[in-house]
Amino acid sequence: MTQIIERPADYGDDAHEPALFTPVPTTTSLTMVQAINRALHDAMAADDRVLVFGQDVATLGGVFRVTEGLNETFGDGRCFDTPLAESAIIGIAVGLAIRGFVPVPEIQFDGFSYPAFDQMVSHLAKYRVRTHGDVDMPVTIRIPSFGGIGAVEHHSESTETYWAHTAGLKVVVPSTPSDAYWLLRHSIASRDPVVFLEPKRRYWAREDVDTVTPGLPIGRAAVRRVGDDVTVLTYGGLVQTALAAADLAADHYGWSLEVVDLRSLNPLDFDTIAASVRKTGRAVVVHEGARTLGFGAELAARIQEELFYDLEAPVLRATGFDTPYPPARLEKLWLPGVDRLIDCVERAMSA
Amino acid sequence: MAGPVQAPLTSFDVELEPIQLVAPDGTPTDETRYRREIPPETLGWLYELMAVTRALDAEFVNLQRQGELALFASCRGQEAAQIGSAACLRKTDWLFPQYREIGAFLVRGITPAQMSAVWRGRWHGGLGFTEKCVAPIAIPIGTHGLHAVGAAMAAQRLGEDSVSVAYLGDGAMSEGDAHEALNLAAVFKAPCVFFVQNNQWAISVPVSKQQAGPSIAHRAIGYGMPGIRVDGNDVLACQAVMAEAAQRAREGRGPTLIEAVTYRLGPHTTSDDPTRYRSQEEVDKWAALDPIPRYRTYLQNIDVWTERLEHRVDTRAARLCTELRDAVVNTADMDIGELFDTVYAEITPTLQSQRDQLMAELAKEA
Repeated sequence: MTQIIERPADYGDDAHEPALFTPVPTTTSLTMVQAINRALHDAMAADDRVLVFGQDVATLGGVFRVTEGLNETFGDGRCFDTPLAESAIIGIAVGLAIRGFVPVPEIQFDGFSYPAFDQMVSHLAKYRVRTHGDVDMPVTIRIPSFGGIGAVEHHSESTETYWAHTAGLKVVVPSTPSDAYWLLRHSIASRDPVVFLEPKRRYWAREDVDTVTPGLPIGRAAVRRVGDDVTVLTYGGLVQTALAAADLAADHYGWSLEVVDLRSLNPLDFDTIAASVRKTGRAVVVHEGARTLGFGAELAARIQEELFYDLEAPVLRATGFDTPYPPARLEKLWLPGVDRLIDCVERAMSA
Repeated sequence: MAGPVQAPLTSFDVELEPIQLVAPDGTPTDETRYRREIPPETLGWLYELMAVTRALDAEFVNLQRQGELALFASCRGQEAAQIGSAACLRKTDWLFPQYREIGAFLVRGITPAQMSAVWRGRWHGGLGFTEKCVAPIAIPIGTHGLHAVGAAMAAQRLGEDSVSVAYLGDGAMSEGDAHEALNLAAVFKAPCVFFVQNNQWAISVPVSKQQAGPSIAHRAIGYGMPGIRVDGNDVLACQAVMAEAAQRAREGRGPTLIEAVTYRLGPHTTSDDPTRYRSQEEVDKWAALDPIPRYRTYLQNIDVWTERLEHRVDTRAARLCTELRDAVVNTADMDIGELFDTVYAEITPTLQSQRDQLMAELAKEA
């Protein structure tokens, strides 16, 4: 069982040592799909302004059943199917938000977010600035994301860098059912647009979820495993991979990895990253997306800018490659796994 | 569980001949389906708005030529379409403009200073628009139609009888988002009106190269909504068809597509040279159809136009032009800190450090 470590809420400059998180009483065993469904249900019950819409979300309950039961519980006005039009799904969310609603649209798969790119980048992200701060855009876009499930083309993409590069959007990626529940609740409560990327490969992961005690907010990373030798920076589906690599590194090589789950790419909790890298002197970034200008590029740049003299080794990246996402039978070869991460750790340790 | 959905059976006919209440020579037409007889004060008010729009528009162009504005997109020639469509709406109806809608802004009481923020380069989108139920200026073409649909869907959920109006152009109707907006509005029966000012030119590309169908309005048939062609240089006709479409939307009978056939007498923007793509003969032909003299003749024929009305127009135009010039020339630039402060409800740590960096740079230079 992974130990979840959290930075204390009132951390100061000297408080970089993470304090142990006290486990709270859990309530329900949920898969990530169920946790997201519960979060949507609870948010809709708590606030009449929350609307869920997208392709196949109402009658079908979503292709992953994430929105199951919402239409039956809250009616057609609150949870509705849209025509097959991604730009429209985000475009109407902007209009609904202008008039005070809290839209939670779903884009069915990562690769189909691109038709909505213009609405997200040119309007959703910029509306607060364009109205001189007069209009909130409390829109949470849920996107089943990333690879690892043997899907057909356009169903396994890493889109996070596009959104993280866009001023005005927040970008969050949960890695566990509990995190999915609370990050989604926080996202829906946010006055700003949030791109909520759900790692499909973790959809069926199960754990006890406490839906009473609020989890970490957006903008805070979580240290999922404490270690001394190398900081592993990752998010979403690869947090589990990093934890598996940490076990292997400890058992076979005697290396102690600290696994930092970023959770939120924008806002980025650089304080937690910095505290960890100062301690270990080594950092490896792991993500599925293409290496060139992937999120690891930003992390590596920022770490060397701000922590150069704390580093014992170059910041390394275990990532996907600069190719289109591969066909299903090749994805295991392509995706960064324990081996690719351990290779980077080995290089960092021998630097 | 929702049951099987029946395909819509209603089909709408669209007339190619635009609705016209006042002929180009200022005489009333034979059209009897729409009301021409509205109170004289309203008739005079429409004239005032059109004439003041023309004057304010000219002052914007002057200011650009004098180097005070980076750019300006004139609406000269389109005053009837803009005033007619906006004047019959309620203050609680939401407008989703493009960037050429000075006439509609004036109807809503948006000040020259608030409009000029965009062209002066003070702030994107204009200032204070949403207080008047007007969305900020949308420069990407055709994308804001969807916002109008979303706002209309909000009105449905709020139980309001307000209407959203998307101002689009002939070029915008080639964009995918325009299609999605029309389709969604029809599917959801959203209280939304799509008011397309077909001013014949999308920069240099004529409407004949934008579409092969008989008209923009005819596309409504495929979406399952009424499509109406109206003489966009006839303010009373524009007013009448918009009032009808808005009423239809308020009654829960869904959206309407209106094509106002008009003409952009000026260039696309002050940076454009229309002599490269259109003939003087064509411009002259449309200049003879200018909406303002036509309407003045009509008002003179029915004894509504007076010297006093013209004087009121001149006085208000002069006042607004002075306001505009003063706002453009004498208003300080915005504080660049506001650019950082309005990205998110609360600035992020990364953005705060970038803001600090810029402020330190500026302090060093000072």
